[in-house]
Amino acid sequence: MNGFVDRLLGRVRLGGWLAVAAPVIAVVFAVLITSVVLLIAGKDPVEAFTTLADYGTQPRSMAMTLNTGVMYYISALAVAVGFRMNLFNIGVDGQYRLAAVVAAAVGGAAVVPGVLNIVLVVVSAVVVGALWAAIAGLLRVYRGVSEVISTIMLNAIATGLGSWLVSEHFGVLTGNDLGTRPIPDDAHMPGIPLIAGTPVLVNGFIVVAVLLGVAYWVVLNRTRFGFELRATGKSESAAVASGVSVKKMIVVTMVISGAVAGLIGMPELLGASYKYSNNFPTDLGFTGIAIALLGRNNPVGMAIGALLWSFLYNSSNQLQLLDIPKEIVQIMQGVVVLSVIIAYELVHRYRMVAEQRRVGRQLAAPQEAPKTEAAA
Amino acid sequence: MLHNRISRLAAATAGGALLMAAAACGGGGEGATTEASASASSAPPAAAQAKVGLAYDIGGRGDGSFNDAAAAGLDKAVSELKVEKKELEATAGETDAQKEERLRLLASGGFNPIIAVGFAYSGSVAKVAKEFPEVKFAIVDDDAAKGDNITNLMFAEEQGSFLVGVAAALKSEKGNVGFVGGVDVPLIHKFEAGFEAGAKAVKPDIKIQSKYLTQPPDFSGFGDPAKGKTAAQGMYDAGADVVYQAAGGSGAGVFEAAKAAKATAIGVDSDQAALPAYAGFKDVIITSMIKKVDVAVFDFLKNYSTGAVKSGPSVYDLKAGGVDYSTTGGKIDDIKSKIDEYKQKIINGEISVPTS
Repeated sequence: MNGFVDRLLGRVRLGGWLAVAAPVIAVVFAVLITSVVLLIAGKDPVEAFTTLADYGTQPRSMAMTLNTGVMYYISALAVAVGFRMNLFNIGVDGQYRLAAVVAAAVGGAAVVPGVLNIVLVVVSAVVVGALWAAIAGLLRVYRGVSEVISTIMLNAIATGLGSWLVSEHFGVLTGNDLGTRPIPDDAHMPGIPLIAGTPVLVNGFIVVAVLLGVAYWVVLNRTRFGFELRATGKSESAAVASGVSVKKMIVVTMVISGAVAGLIGMPELLGASYKYSNNFPTDLGFTGIAIALLGRNNPVGMAIGALLWSFLYNSSNQLQLLDIPKEIVQIMQGVVVLSVIIAYELVHRYRMVAEQRRVGRQLAAPQEAPKTEAAA
Repeated sequence: MLHNRISRLAAATAGGALLMAAAACGGGGEGATTEASASASSAPPAAAQAKVGLAYDIGGRGDGSFNDAAAAGLDKAVSELKVEKKELEATAGETDAQKEERLRLLASGGFNPIIAVGFAYSGSVAKVAKEFPEVKFAIVDDDAAKGDNITNLMFAEEQGSFLVGVAAALKSEKGNVGFVGGVDVPLIHKFEAGFEAGAKAVKPDIKIQSKYLTQPPDFSGFGDPAKGKTAAQGMYDAGADVVYQAAGGSGAGVFEAAKAAKATAIGVDSDQAALPAYAGFKDVIITSMIKKVDVAVFDFLKNYSTGAVKSGPSVYDLKAGGVDYSTTGGKIDDIKSKIDEYKQKIINGEISVPTS
């Protein structure tokens, strides 16, 4: 009943100390594997981890970790919405990039002043992301096309479409870089001096990210819609039997996932680059998939995962200064995800075995067994 | 069934990331070792020795093309000018914040001068150069970043491409040539425009096939030989007999396709027929459009050591010897005089080569 995927996506909860044991095992395991890789590469693992620790505790790198983490977190939320009902939106990447292109062009045109422009940019991004994701939802419902396939293909189409929009319509050439017209100064998202001791401001979208995380939890756990979504994810037939329209749920979930995906590029667009150019960050959608797996679709777990991922990502320059190849960062990231999956699986199996033993013991002492079971 | 699909997908995602990282680490590890041995063999630090910081574009040292050309210039400076060096590489898909941080780490770590390779650093160089007015910066391929302490190393790629376009047209027996661009960006359009103009200058009715491997922001077209091979194969199948590639690491695939089709290809950035990495393809590479990033990097470092760094654009065109064509292998010796005629005309200003 509790399949591997349910455990993978965090739909099975581990109670008590086991819930703490799994992530601890995962981290220890990841550190071990990375140390072995470093030793094979002829580098000192202690030096590498000390560097990481030093880097991570500097105010400036903390601010940078938060800034990248904000984008990762929003991306993970977009992916997780789909994951919770077995819907694999691999197209988050294309959705946020296309949304960012259109939103950047809208913002650069400056049709309305100041804060209104920020709102307009964000709304257009949400709408574009939602519409683009809706295509995959509708294809799944009316044509039975797997959303995994269609969203991957739509990613490629989004790349082409975005590139065409920039080169043929919105693009302004600066040096060798082609980008949209910059969004005027009055419509920049202000940064927050959240971390003391560094001039680096934390992106204002951190507030949006936190609110999204709260909304994700509330909607999934405290509303009828959330219940239907989780029910459809656990058992489609049971959901149908209890009157849930699965078709509607698929389209609506894709639209929500796409709408959230539309926001992924906003911290960069409104808080840092102010335009969409060839330099705009890519692959955030795929990072979101890894973080959703890492955080087991839990809003707090994903926040921790996003920060961890972002910290590792940002430390790549620092490691290179010590002649440690930057690829070690990718190895660590990959190992952490695998460790988390394996650790939860191990802890789950341990629990199963422990339970079987307990039952076995009770059966061996038939007199007392019913009482203990009732008490438990 | 659904569960199976999902678990396989999850495993593939995680496993794929791990594999890619492991593969990439192999390359990175080698780079790191050579770097260590190079710095170990260089002379002990002198009092006024410059510490050079160099930030690569995606691909980094070992791309057999653009970044390697910059690395060659740096290596020359290490051995001839006895400078110290530190090289940092970019990660795919990063934001300007990471690029700024890279330059800032170098600047605050006492590295001066600092060289940024590639136009992607435009915004970050402009910003960080302001924060460190005493540090000299150089940026390759970008003239948008302006400042008193910024030197812009610019190249006339279209002029060099014009010459290899001439060579392609003269060498093509079928009157059909091809151009493979790595990523559809303005910089690579300059290569295409020059190549086209050169080929048409020789044979106005020549057929030119053109293809870009990826669209931005997907920059994988600069590092995916399989894509280069497929594109070039298509061109050879459609009747081309010479294909010019401006595709960074993907160029190896173009050479492979040329070899398989028993046709010829033209290299880019470095004299690729002479590179050990392409030794297996030297028979199919008739010439290469050389973009002397190494010369520009070395000149900049030399000027720095003599205190003669000029801010603003330094243009490396045909006249300055910043771009050229190669004759390694002797495959174009018979047409060399004709190509040199065009070269002279461009230098004189008789021919002006379009950039787009």
